[in-house]
Formats: sequence, C-alpha cells, structure tokens
Amino acid sequence: MSVTPLLETKNLTIRFGGVTAVNNVNFTLREQELRCLIGPNGAGKSTFFKLLTGQLQPTEGHVHLRGKDISGAFPHQISRLGVGIKTQVPNVFDAMTVEENLWIAARQKHTPIFSSDLAEAIMTQLRLTGIAKREVGQLSHGQRQWVEIGTVLAGEPDLILLDEPAAGMTHDEVDRTAELILEINKKRALVVVEHDMQFIRKIAKTVTVLHQGAVLIEEDVHTALQDKRVQDVYLGKGLAV
Amino acid sequence: MPKIHGMTIALIGSAIAAVGVMIAPLFVDLFQIMQLTVFAAMAILALSLGFIWGYGGILCFGQTSFFGLGAYAYAVAAINFGDSTPAIVLAIIVPVIFAALLGYFIIYGGVSDVYLGVITLTVSLILLNLVNSTAGDVYKIGTARLGGFNGIPGVPTINMPGDSSYILSPEQAWILTGLALIAVYLGLRVLIASTFGRVIIAIRENETRAALLGYDPRIYKLLTFMIGGAVAGFAGALYVNWGAFVSPTIFALGLSAQIIIWVIIGGRGTLVGPIIGCLLVQWMVTEIGSQQTLDASFILGAVLIGFVLLVPKGIAPTVRDFVAARLSRSNSDTVIEDVKQ
Repeated sequence: MSVTPLLETKNLTIRFGGVTAVNNVNFTLREQELRCLIGPNGAGKSTFFKLLTGQLQPTEGHVHLRGKDISGAFPHQISRLGVGIKTQVPNVFDAMTVEENLWIAARQKHTPIFSSDLAEAIMTQLRLTGIAKREVGQLSHGQRQWVEIGTVLAGEPDLILLDEPAAGMTHDEVDRTAELILEINKKRALVVVEHDMQFIRKIAKTVTVLHQGAVLIEEDVHTALQDKRVQDVYLGKGLAV
Repeated sequence: MPKIHGMTIALIGSAIAAVGVMIAPLFVDLFQIMQLTVFAAMAILALSLGFIWGYGGILCFGQTSFFGLGAYAYAVAAINFGDSTPAIVLAIIVPVIFAALLGYFIIYGGVSDVYLGVITLTVSLILLNLVNSTAGDVYKIGTARLGGFNGIPGVPTINMPGDSSYILSPEQAWILTGLALIAVYLGLRVLIASTFGRVIIAIRENETRAALLGYDPRIYKLLTFMIGGAVAGFAGALYVNWGAFVSPTIFALGLSAQIIIWVIIGGRGTLVGPIIGCLLVQWMVTEIGSQQTLDASFILGAVLIGFVLLVPKGIAPTVRDFVAARLSRSNSDTVIEDVKQ
C-alpha cells in the first residue's frame, strides 16, 4: 500500500500562446522531503511554482496536495492548506516593519499575542531582531529575502517552496541559508530552486532537472549533476557543473 | 500591532478638539458656526476617501456617489418618517448596500485599479443624470418628491432621538457634526490599528504576498470599500442637515475632484491629513469666493499643482517626517514609529 504523497502533479501543463512553459510535468514529493529543482533560465521553474501556488492556472493537468485536487484554487486557499512560497523577486510589505511583516504572516492562523511571540521567535532564528523596527523597503536585497523567508515560516506551512533563496547573498549568507534549509527540513518539506550548484550540493539529496518546461531527469544529486544531458543543457551558461 | 503611543496622541488631540467644538459657539457668530458645520461634514467625506485610498489603496473617483446616496436617503426618509434618527441610519445603510453591489462586481470581477477609478467616476455621473431626470409628480418615494434638477427643499433637520418635535438649533447641529467628525476619526484610527487594518495595509503594500500568506484580498478590499461608502453616506446626511436641501449637483464632477484634492494636499496614508486638506481648501475657496478678482477654481488648480510638485506627500506626512527626524536626532530611535498617523 502506497502512502499518499504530500504533493503530486499529474501531466501539469501551461501554455502561453504558442509557448509551452510547463510541459506534462509529473512531480511527486513525500512528506518532509527536500527536493532541489534546477534547470537553465527559462526552464519553467518559477512558472511551475506559480502553478503550485495558484498564481497561474494550468492549461492541462492537475495538482494534488495530500490527495486533494487543488488545481484552479486561489492562492489564499492553497496557502491555508499549508503551502508557503518565497518568490524569485521578493514579495514583502515594504512600508511595514520587519516585525509587522512577520506578525501579519503569523496572524492568519494565530491570535495577536501568539503571533507576536511567533514573530519574535522567527526573528531570533533568522537573526533579524536587530532590524525588527526597520521598514522593509529600506533593507538590502539579501535582508528582504530573509524577511520573506521569515513570513513564509510564520505561516507554518507543511510545504515550503523557495525560489532562488541564495540569490544576491554573500558567501556567509549562502552558508547560513543552507544551514537554515536543513534545519527547516527537520519538520517541513521543501522544494528549492537554485542556480548556485555549490549550494545545491550542500543541501540536496534528490534533484529534479527541468528543461524547456519538461522533466529531464530526476536523480540523486551526484548522479544528476554528472549526467551528460544535464551538463549539455547547462553548457555555455557559465555555471559550475 | 497597535501603536500605543500614537493612539494616546490621537486620543489627547481628539479630546482637545472635542472641547474646542463644544465651546466654539461661545466665541464665533452664527454665520461662522454654519460655515464650520458644513466644513466638518465635508471633512468626514474626506476621511472616507482618506481611509479607502490611503490605507486600502483603492482610488475611488466617485466617492460622491455614496455621499449623494446618503444625502438623498436621509432626505427621503426624514420627509417620510418625520424623524431624523431612522433617516441617519438609512443614510448609512443605503450607500453600504450600493457599495457592496458595485464593489462586488468591480473587485470580484478582477477589474484593475485604474478602471476602478473610471467605473466609480462613471457611476457618479450616471447617478447625477438619473436623479436629474426625476422632475415631476410621478417620481416620488412615499411622500417625498425627488424633484429632479430642482432637488428636495425643506428637508427636516436633525431632531433629538426619540423626540421629533425637538429640532436641534444650529449651534447644537454644529456640536453634533463636529463631534461626529472626531468620532469617525477615532473609529477609523481604532480600525486601522486592528488586525483588519493591518491586513488592508499589507494588501495595499503587496497584494500577491498577502494572498500567498492566506488572506483573500478581495473580501478585505470589498469591506474597505463598503466602510468608505458608510462614512461618505453619513457625511451626506450631515451635509443635507446643514442646508435642509439636497440637489443632484451633489453627484457632480466638481465635488468628486475636490475630495481627491483634499486628500492629496492633506496627505495620503494619514487620517489627520484629509481633514486638514479639506478644511484648508474649503476655507481658501470661501475666502477667494468673497472677492471678485480671481477665480476660485484657478487658484485651487494652482495650489494643487504646487503641492504635487513641492509637497508630494501632502501636509500631514511631511510634518510627521520632519518632527520624527528632529526627535530621532535629539532622542535616539523608537519614537519615529509612534508619531505615525
């Protein structure tokens, strides 16, 4: 008897006019699994995430969350079912403070007082306490990414999608992000999109490679990165494969 | 998270303003009291747009629709019932229902922000033409004749609740209107400090993020729009009460534009700002109106351009930022946040 997977897509497809951005993707993720999703620019990674979170509606195919069909649902409905996403370009509340950003995120599920405590705990975990009262709009790109990750954590999702969490971060920040992801993974499932292969090697167990909207291979990280086809699609992109 | 400090300032300011409202009749003459009354009613209208635009991010070009509907609802109900208390209630309910219907189709229909402005503006013009063409005996609701472009004269003014024979004097009507302005201000302040208020600000800042965190932006926007309609309708009732008269010009383009000018000059994202902007502009228009050399609209246009170019944030936020900068230089930090709003 097979266990119901946390996330399962069946023949997931989206077309924009003549372009098929995501093509017949069958993707399965177990509870508490950590999966890395890689692929060259334009492979459809971010579009895939938008389909999972309801920001785009699939042309064909379905998304199942714990066996429940969520294709066609609104982003807020999917969020309430326990899916959180850090988008590629940070989506944060610029005119609000770091603390307020996290509080709003926590308040969706919790009482005001518990939300304050949760926001406090997450700021400690992400080392944001020092900038708690700063407006997010005034922060650096890296800090804004952390705030966004914080808002995702404050929503306490079972599945976290991270779209390029290490982009624009310093070497130390990248290391911390990797540690953090492994820490989060103790409780929650994650799908991480990233271009930084050293980062991928640090965190990944299984890697799914997307190319031109379709799954190229899905393998153990070492096998995947040494695969001839994967190297071919990345070739000339200047990435350390 | 409510700002305790900011709320304290608002409460103290409101208490002082309330005392000012009560004692004003001792110091100024009846004509000025009447003038202040209409200014205060208009300031409530300014608050309605200041709230939905400044906090909800909804630029409604037709806030006069709700103002006018509130005014007409009050007039018709007051004539029929001979009592102002249920009329005031209806002046809030009718615009709220209208805002709910209109807002539902706009917001749930996924109409973008710019078109929301166009649609609301058009709706106010449709109402203008609709009410304009109701002259004649056939157009009446109960005993109230709508009167078309002539409007409805002799609208019963506000009486004591429960005693329709006790009509408020102009001084009492002023105190009622002035205190109503303060009450609406404080009510909106509390609302903004609540979770609902925090969420609508979050949606204004980033609708995508709010949705991805599990908040449905549509219901929050619709409720914001309806609250704006309620406040504008209430302002309409107080406005009719001031002149005992209402005509279709209440829906006209000029007033729609003025409300936006009040909010721009006073400052978006504050509640004090729209009140200041409204009082300042109305006082200015009245002063200019009393002389014959310069046209009021011309001056108003020049002032607006001046503000957009030189004080783009508006009066209240500019003053706030200035005070905050001074405080943070002398003190250390933390105060900046609290001075807000």
